[in-house]
Amino acid sequence: MRLLIAFALVIGLAGIAYLMGRARAGRMVAAAGAGIGAVHSRPVYHGAYVAVLALTPALLVLAGWGIAGERVIEAQVLGSLPAAERPATPNDAQALMNEVRGLVRQDLPQAFNPLAPKLTPVYEAASSNGDLLAGALAVALLAMGGLWGLSRLRPDFRARNRVESQVRILLLLASAVAILTTFGIVLSLIFESLRFFQMVSPVEFLTGLQWSPQTAIRADQVGSTGAFGAVPLFWGTIFIGAIIAMAVAIPLGLMSAIYLTQYAQPRLRRWLKPILELLAGVPTVVYGFFAALTVAPLVRSLALALGMTDASSDSALAAGLVMGVMIIPFVSSMADDSLAAVPRAMRDGSLAMGATMSETVKKVLVPAALPGIIGGVLLAVSRAIGETMIVVMAAGLAANLTANPFDSVTTVTTQIVALLTGDQEFDSAKTLSAFALGLVLFVMTLILNIYALAVVKRYREAYE
Amino acid sequence: MASMSDSRPPKAERQPTDWTTAAMQRRIAARYRGERNFRRLGAAALVIAAGFLAFLLFTIVRDGASGFLRTEARIDVTFDATTLGVDPAAIAGPNGKAVLARADYPGLLLKAAEQLGPAEGTLSDAAWLDLRAALLADPSLLGKRATLWVPVRSQIDLLAKGKYDLAAPADSRGVSDREVANWRWLDSRGLLRTGFNSAFLTGADSTEPELAGIGGAALGSLLTVLVTIAIAFPLGVLSAVWLEEFAPRGRIADIIELSINNLAAVPSIIFGLLGLAFFLNFAGMPRSAPLVGGITLALMIMPVIVIASRVAIKAVPPSIRDAALGIGASPIQVVFHHVLPLALPGIMTGTIIGVARALGETAPLLLIGMRAFVTDVPQGFTQPATVLPMQVFLWSDDVQRGFVEKTSAAIIVLLVVLIAMNSLAIYLRNRFERRW
Repeated sequence: MRLLIAFALVIGLAGIAYLMGRARAGRMVAAAGAGIGAVHSRPVYHGAYVAVLALTPALLVLAGWGIAGERVIEAQVLGSLPAAERPATPNDAQALMNEVRGLVRQDLPQAFNPLAPKLTPVYEAASSNGDLLAGALAVALLAMGGLWGLSRLRPDFRARNRVESQVRILLLLASAVAILTTFGIVLSLIFESLRFFQMVSPVEFLTGLQWSPQTAIRADQVGSTGAFGAVPLFWGTIFIGAIIAMAVAIPLGLMSAIYLTQYAQPRLRRWLKPILELLAGVPTVVYGFFAALTVAPLVRSLALALGMTDASSDSALAAGLVMGVMIIPFVSSMADDSLAAVPRAMRDGSLAMGATMSETVKKVLVPAALPGIIGGVLLAVSRAIGETMIVVMAAGLAANLTANPFDSVTTVTTQIVALLTGDQEFDSAKTLSAFALGLVLFVMTLILNIYALAVVKRYREAYE
Repeated sequence: MASMSDSRPPKAERQPTDWTTAAMQRRIAARYRGERNFRRLGAAALVIAAGFLAFLLFTIVRDGASGFLRTEARIDVTFDATTLGVDPAAIAGPNGKAVLARADYPGLLLKAAEQLGPAEGTLSDAAWLDLRAALLADPSLLGKRATLWVPVRSQIDLLAKGKYDLAAPADSRGVSDREVANWRWLDSRGLLRTGFNSAFLTGADSTEPELAGIGGAALGSLLTVLVTIAIAFPLGVLSAVWLEEFAPRGRIADIIELSINNLAAVPSIIFGLLGLAFFLNFAGMPRSAPLVGGITLALMIMPVIVIASRVAIKAVPPSIRDAALGIGASPIQVVFHHVLPLALPGIMTGTIIGVARALGETAPLLLIGMRAFVTDVPQGFTQPATVLPMQVFLWSDDVQRGFVEKTSAAIIVLLVVLIAMNSLAIYLRNRFERRW
């Protein structure tokens, strides 16, 4: 909160700096007495130049404190303890700090660790001192930058060119956020996964057939060493996302696209396309609710009618079916694009030879558009295996290695959510395994995307 | 063609196909049959897809419509100062309101409920809040008798809405004989009414279905989306400007373009892992806060905005740029004074679609703890909050039957908001987009 106030203050002061710069340039124009052309840049640019010089260092200080400040406070709080009382492992230190933070924010009515209430005032002092210091430093830098900027304003000062090169830097920085995000994802996944692989060997993780991520809470506990063989999860993910969902989405999506592009009247097309797009706009949590509450009981009664006695209420089929429907518009629009990219002469040639429309579609259009369609399907698979809410709500948590669609399977995303929600300490193999699963998911989708995009691109070039 | 006929003379014995023979007619009929079937198959695919959507919307509306209603019971309350445990003299004093607010309303309710005879236990646990609200609104009621409508328990509410199959055997219909008897008792005396539940739209979450509302979650969604827009819109537009107008063709531009295209396809839950590992665990930002949720979602939808903005910027004809440059504008002025205003409708459309996606997103927010049970309307950007889709998820997990209709009702609200946003995007595109 204090940081937000400091932020608002800095923005306000920068506004004042802008007004001062502009007013000063205005006075220069008046003093020259030869109209606005007597000063190189318009007054707004002088104002903007001063504001940028004032704002940049101050914002950097505040942002730096906002991101790294918690580390500094933590070091101070833990450093205030006598060496003997200090928590032995980083794990315990984290737990203690979480309790202290909980007490300060009043989320926690009472702490378990007797040290925590003692550290609360230390934390509060360190936090308010740090905020004050950062705020003061930011304001001081702001004043210095602003004054220096003001001192440089002359009638022949090229303020506009300066401001424009600053704007160019800003544009470049905005673009760099995409790179930083990618780096952030890769680094945080790899960093946490490495910690996990120090406890569990990667070979076991990637090839083991047993998944039961319970780890012992006490050292003397029996039978809960935890097994981290993720093959059942990979299988469940592929079973639901790449097999069942695609069995629904590919025929329906492809046929919809063919009908819309080749048969439908323009008026019908105008109505049907937005309806398909509406399917894509429904939030996945709605699909999940629908899958769990409406589709799953139907699938279960179907299984019972087929004579299965142990039909699961959270079957792979229910989740996969609904996910398939969710993917239909995606497959349909990719197929639509690919079919539209086939040169019209091929279609017309086939029709002119006397082929019916269905023969043209089956023997000419689809074979010609096949690379594009396959690329689209791969993108759809990548989206399906990363989909979370439908499987969290409709698929189970039991890690079965089964090909029976009426049985319950679990997926990578379901497990990530199950492992990371609720109260866990952050250093157990159980929680860290979620990041290893995330890494696998990220790499899988990345490979699918890059490959699919390359296929689509090569196909487009072939017809251009 | 001429050279072909030279090298391969036509065979003299080849007769033209006789299309009138039975075999040929059968062949043609079969081909046309195949054509009709294929066409029907295509139409069937569309019908199935649209039918699924219709079925989904139908079940949600069917289950959710009653979620906007609430059943209330009529009771006569005597606002007796001794039952309330307040001193009339203190109420007249300067802190009268505070004294009145702290009085023993649960006790008063207990006493008032006695008039319901066998059904005295059917009133909602929090019905005393209504008594307090009534007295605070009109302190002159103290010592007087008033008729009030207060909410009843969820089971009675569902019975009144006809949600239970009373013909089913007692052990499978999900409601006890006693509750049914209570409901019949109340209903036969005309003590029940079912009306619009305004608390559902304004209130926060609760463990009791009859008290739970989506107001808190809606405000949480609003705060989160404000953060998302404040970050994703400027970043996305500025990136698009740089990539389209200023990026030198080279390695840096390629890397940025590749990152954006890949980020657009990264599963949303991965952004949740980033938020958890970086914003919460490394930077120590508060859990469950709209601030962190908003930043995470902003990173997620930024590629959507960048891609849409690039398309819009690319569509502005070069003659506009040339004309502006020709009369002496600098490249930055060309972009900010001419190109961006012309591209704005397309940029806005892309932004609204991205924001609609952020509004419906749940998975990344699960990981940064926005599933907290929040019984209060969120107070600020750093306070614990929940969002609408998360409220849907939390309620769908609840075993109490009364939450089924609340979940569907919350979904209706969410869908209405999202459809309105998408329609706005389409309207903007049609109204303001210029074809050059």
